[in-house]
Amino acid sequence: MTSSTLPPVENAESPDAPALVKRHHGLVRVAHWLNAIVLLGMIASGLQIYQAFPHFGQKGKVYPVPNPFDSGHFPSGFPEWARLGGWLAGGLQWHFALAWPFVLTGLIYLAFLVFTGEWKALLFRPRDVKPAIAMQLYYLRLRKEHPPQGKHNALQKAAYTFIVVLGALSAITGFAIYKPVQLAWLTRLLGGYELARYWHFLAVWIFIGFTLLHVALVFLVDPASLRAMLTGWYRGRFPSHD
Amino acid sequence: MTDRGLDRRDFLRLGLVAGPAALVAACGWDGGDLIRPKLNAISRINDWVGEHVLLSSSRPAPTYPASARSGTMPSYFISDTTPLPPDPAAWALEVGGLVRKPTRFTQPMLEALPSLSYTVKHHCVEGWTAIASWAGVPVSTVVAMVEPLPAAQYIRFDSFDRNYYNGWDLKSAMHPQTILAYAHNDQPLRPDHGAPLRVYSPIKLGYKLTKYLTRMTFTAERPGGYWEDQGYPWLGGL
Repeated sequence: MTSSTLPPVENAESPDAPALVKRHHGLVRVAHWLNAIVLLGMIASGLQIYQAFPHFGQKGKVYPVPNPFDSGHFPSGFPEWARLGGWLAGGLQWHFALAWPFVLTGLIYLAFLVFTGEWKALLFRPRDVKPAIAMQLYYLRLRKEHPPQGKHNALQKAAYTFIVVLGALSAITGFAIYKPVQLAWLTRLLGGYELARYWHFLAVWIFIGFTLLHVALVFLVDPASLRAMLTGWYRGRFPSHD
Repeated sequence: MTDRGLDRRDFLRLGLVAGPAALVAACGWDGGDLIRPKLNAISRINDWVGEHVLLSSSRPAPTYPASARSGTMPSYFISDTTPLPPDPAAWALEVGGLVRKPTRFTQPMLEALPSLSYTVKHHCVEGWTAIASWAGVPVSTVVAMVEPLPAAQYIRFDSFDRNYYNGWDLKSAMHPQTILAYAHNDQPLRPDHGAPLRVYSPIKLGYKLTKYLTRMTFTAERPGGYWEDQGYPWLGGL
């Protein structure tokens, strides 16, 4: 389906029968899908919590931050199917329970990347800037050939580095509003409780945007990567693993 | 099996992942009878971490100048109308339980004790905040006077706002900024804010700050709380 629009890369061993390569360690796959479920629950319970005060700022003093979901112009609030917990206490319980696997999965995943050296295939570094531009030109149809790549292209590296940073920022802003007195230094660093709560909420929409793009690109560019994330084995257009 | 597509097994695996996710996301689910107890258990772990790892017994909450006060300071009670003491002249705070010297504190007695006042940020569990000033007697002062027994681990605060009550850990109660407040924004505490006496502390969420106080009881067993018994975090620590 994709070969008609995007030709196979030249360095593929044989365009007719791409090699079957081991792509993702079991730990990475478990972390990926566990994180997908946990994040869904974190977002749904977070929307339930948000519903208790659908503004940002102090009581009676709404901050002038962009928020299409302020109840002032979003009176219906988030639909029931998008919320988890049933009411504020339920939302809090889910949120604070799921925070554990969210943070622990993230830390275990990062430790795995460091110990195995896998981070090299994922971390976006200054030397990836040029290939990233080449990749972007290719996606914009301004460049004919797919730039050569290893396990991930430079844009993927940028995306996967960014999403780890976003995950860390979600946890950090979450702690800042969970313990604004014990971690007052952190809350202050983020601009105070009210703004930290806003950054925490903003991260939700970036996560959702990332996920939509991520899933779309999987199916449009490299459907074989979905199987790789499920089974660990990859047979597709980008068999190199550097 | 095609190279790029998914085989049946892959779809089955995907289903195993997506199934529970969809179930969890459905219809504002609070976990049902199966999961709710487990969520409660994790909440207890979070309370433990909050009290024993994150809470400092002395670190003060940030204070603000009086000019930073918010225009509004919402007030909540569970009675249908603003609770008033049944007999204002006879009101007193009974302090008892596991203590050597159970004491009955009248309003003049409390006002004669050294007081603390501050302007701090109030955090409601709902997500709003408001800055206001409070004044009263540090709980630690009262604790020193009644001399708790070694077995006393918690304090239960009772009110005349129907059956509203809260349980506190001693560490938070003994925090220097935890007070029995009788004044709000330089005025005597108003009935809608818990007159004649309420708990105030900038280190706990608003629902932990018992208004309309009647009794302070030292216990060995952890007391619950009006909202805490319904699923709100027991510690409610900030």
